[in-house]
Amino acid sequence: MTEFYQSQEAKGLSVPMLRAKAFHYLMSNKTIYIGDDELIIGERGPAPQQTPTYPEVCIHSLDDLKKIDERPKVSFKVSKETKRVFKEKLIPYWDGRSQRDRIFSVLPQEWKDAYAAGVFTEFLEQRAPGHTVLGDVIYHEGFKDIRCRIQKEIDAIDYFKDRKAMDRLEELKAMLVSLDAVSVFAKRHVHKLKQYREQEPNEQRRQELDKMIRVSEHIPENKPSDFWEALQYYWYVHQGVITELNPWDSFNPGRLDQHLNPFYQKALQSQTYSAEEMRELLQAFWVKFNNHPSPPKTGVTAQESNTFTDFALINLGGLKADGSDAVNEMSYLLLDVIEEMRILQPSSMVQLSKKNPDRFIKRALKVVKTGFGQPSIFNTDAIIQELLNQGKDIVDARNGGASGCVETGAFGTEAYILTGYFNLAKVLELSLNNGYDFRTEKQLGPKTGDAKNFNSFDELLRAWKTQMDYFINLKIKGNNIIENMWAKYMPAPFLSVFIADCIANGMDYNAGGARYNTSYIQGVGLGSITDSLSALKQHVFEDQKLNMIDFLALLKSDFEEAEEFRTYLLNNTPKYGNDDDRADDIMREVFETFYQAVNGRPTAKGGHFRINLLPTTSHVYFGSVIGALPDGRKAGKPLSEGISPFQGADRKGPTAVIKSAAKIDHLRTGGTLLNQKFTPALLADEVGIEQVKNLIRTYFKMDGHHIQFNVVTAETLRKAKKEPEAHRDLIVRVAGYSDYFIELTDELQDEIIRRTEHSEF
Amino acid sequence: MNAIVFDIKHFAIHDGPGIRSSIFLKGCPLSCWWCHNPESRAKGAQKLDFDFKGSRSLGWETSAEELLEAVEKDRMFYEESGGGVTFTGGEPLLQAGFLIEATRLFKAVDLHLTLDTTGYASSKVFQKAVQWIDLVLFDLKMMDEQKHFKYTGVSNKPILENLEYLVSQNKEVHIRFPMIPGINDDQENLTNMCEYLLKFQTIQRIHLLPYHKIAAGKYHQLGFENKMDGIDEPNDAKVQKVKTIIESYGFQVVIG
Repeated sequence: MTEFYQSQEAKGLSVPMLRAKAFHYLMSNKTIYIGDDELIIGERGPAPQQTPTYPEVCIHSLDDLKKIDERPKVSFKVSKETKRVFKEKLIPYWDGRSQRDRIFSVLPQEWKDAYAAGVFTEFLEQRAPGHTVLGDVIYHEGFKDIRCRIQKEIDAIDYFKDRKAMDRLEELKAMLVSLDAVSVFAKRHVHKLKQYREQEPNEQRRQELDKMIRVSEHIPENKPSDFWEALQYYWYVHQGVITELNPWDSFNPGRLDQHLNPFYQKALQSQTYSAEEMRELLQAFWVKFNNHPSPPKTGVTAQESNTFTDFALINLGGLKADGSDAVNEMSYLLLDVIEEMRILQPSSMVQLSKKNPDRFIKRALKVVKTGFGQPSIFNTDAIIQELLNQGKDIVDARNGGASGCVETGAFGTEAYILTGYFNLAKVLELSLNNGYDFRTEKQLGPKTGDAKNFNSFDELLRAWKTQMDYFINLKIKGNNIIENMWAKYMPAPFLSVFIADCIANGMDYNAGGARYNTSYIQGVGLGSITDSLSALKQHVFEDQKLNMIDFLALLKSDFEEAEEFRTYLLNNTPKYGNDDDRADDIMREVFETFYQAVNGRPTAKGGHFRINLLPTTSHVYFGSVIGALPDGRKAGKPLSEGISPFQGADRKGPTAVIKSAAKIDHLRTGGTLLNQKFTPALLADEVGIEQVKNLIRTYFKMDGHHIQFNVVTAETLRKAKKEPEAHRDLIVRVAGYSDYFIELTDELQDEIIRRTEHSEF
Repeated sequence: MNAIVFDIKHFAIHDGPGIRSSIFLKGCPLSCWWCHNPESRAKGAQKLDFDFKGSRSLGWETSAEELLEAVEKDRMFYEESGGGVTFTGGEPLLQAGFLIEATRLFKAVDLHLTLDTTGYASSKVFQKAVQWIDLVLFDLKMMDEQKHFKYTGVSNKPILENLEYLVSQNKEVHIRFPMIPGINDDQENLTNMCEYLLKFQTIQRIHLLPYHKIAAGKYHQLGFENKMDGIDEPNDAKVQKVKTIIESYGFQVVIG
């Protein structure tokens, strides 16, 4: 990348052409890796589990590299040689030139202050917008066909009336170059395969290599003619997208069962491949995803998304474009593969529509119970309504799904960008301190009044709403600046080729070329802020158990020597997650405020801002920047995650959690995340599977967007025994019935720990 | 009329069909050696001078209307799953007056009602108490009256009579047999029980509930004598053996 940018060839190019040619240079020169016995080929880095950095986006300092190398979790080994190259070549060139440096140089100071205080995070400061999912285009068109379409658009440019004619020309030309780049990449694999073929002693492997050569000679130039080609074609496109830039959520084939089933059926009929061979190919495909950790993150970004996972989320089930049940043989086969592989990546989910059979969701639950958190379960009917509510065509909506964690999108037709997490609870803390942040010692927000003088709960709410409007405005202002910079300096012509209607519009994915353009702001800490507001309402304004002055003093001291009062707060406050309207009505008000502040506002790309409610790991980071909260949570501790109740706040079982969560108007969001914990025993028998299925069906009837079940390990149970307060919500199957773990006697807790250990894999 | 309740459990999935809410009524006339809920035996709410399950009291007074409000919250789950409400205890029949009032009220809003009972009550009380009930989970502990007296503190005569009444009324009944090693898992009791149940055409399924030591800690905490000290949980082989015996009479056996 750096070599190319410094070369003669780079001089005088338009931005899209510069990016495309740099991409071409990379694909022509990066190391080709083909592993022993691999069936699907192509790596992002020089070998599996390695990842390049993207200096044009974010140039890591030597200090960053040291941290990335040495941090205890989510670390990457950084060799001495790498450090030398950074020091001598990369840093001197990119420092001040990278996208990250550019962005930070233009953002307003008040934005930087709020960012540093942890009011919000920023997704696009060191990774590219991506967050999108491929539709079905590659199963119907080879690169040849796509080139024709691009050329037609080039020929149709109106140089007389279109003021953007030259921009379109450059973008479309860049698309052609980027396609060539991946063609070259595939050809280089063919070349390498042929070399291996020459040296290969094993006859069976020679045959495989012959087949792989034929596959990579056919695609990506031509549309895939069989199952193997379909997978390999996708994988070359995947390599292109994640090499061109470092987009969030890598990239993702989306509705894989829909796309592959025709190839699968055709292969069985023509006896090209056996079911077993195709299963093996899928396993090989899974391994490829797992080979790819997300590129190293640094700073706040590493804290908000502290994981190797790069969020490719395979969608199964749901509805077809015509609205009929989409579950097919491939859906079940893929569930088998997910169960057998038991690997972190790709993530998987099932879309469950009221039209899908129970057999499908029950099969999925049997995979869930094996205990690695997959697949998560989504409500297709809600997703479609969410997309329609955002103004999408019904067919595009039905072809959509969820990606990343839980984000709603129209696959193949939409650029939907997560722009950052928003700390709902931090804004409450600021409202209680007249806009002042004690941690960074700055006046961050407007002066909305000294909380000591609030005479009613409504006054407090008004102050919070004013602060919310201010910080959402600030976030949106920053977003629009940053979006503009991506559009201007960092187009992604290769990705643009695959998302409709970038070609027809002659516009880049990062510049609003897609049919739909959505930017999300993700609210975090819904449970925490609800419970905190509820505590103030109950104890200060209604019961007047404590006045605001004393309450604020307690918060400032982090409940020092007030453990008894803290326990009182924990036990005597109406809390979100118990189907208690006293708390849930406050939650609705919080939701409404956030929604009204964000929803429908225009983005710099001509799209709209929307909300969703998910945390990844940001609830931990956001908690670390907030002092004690009125709900009894101590300073620095994590906030509630997604739309799940605060850890331990829900005490009435899963039905009450679901009822509370369903009071959110999911259909006005672009995704919500609800986590439920259980021990494997809950799903041990058919009765358990059946009733958990009914629990999900009921939640989805109430328009719930997503639910996932986390299997509780023996380790968690041991922790719960030690810290019961944080595990109040943990329900375990005892014997024919379930009970709250922390309420069981010591002996019984030990017994269940032993049993859980026994059933773990 | 008010009742003393010691727990309400939502998402109960093993107390009758579907997703249910189980209401635990306090007080029991039996004193089974193996009782899992010794805290529920005494009638009336109790104050404790120690923490039990995070609280210093056992049971609270509540009305049928309040209970209905609590269980109505989960109506959507019942309707999706074919579930409803289960009255359990303690022994719900001990608060029969309340039970009748509550079941009438609950039935008026079309809730599916299950009664989990020892069957121990006078036939007059029993017959009134089950009129609104859709399904009875009926405990059958042992057939020998003397033994029954020894291990539960009461005769099994009224219990058997009440079971016969249910069958005569074509009520749906699920027999629950708590399998207690050395107490009721002998061949004689199993034979007697199965032969007795064979008389009833409507009874086809028996739930086998193997003894668990899960309540031992509670006895300890409450300062009760635990007569089951030294008796182990039956292993899988033993449970399978009993299952096979019962199945040989043509019954379908469900464990748990």
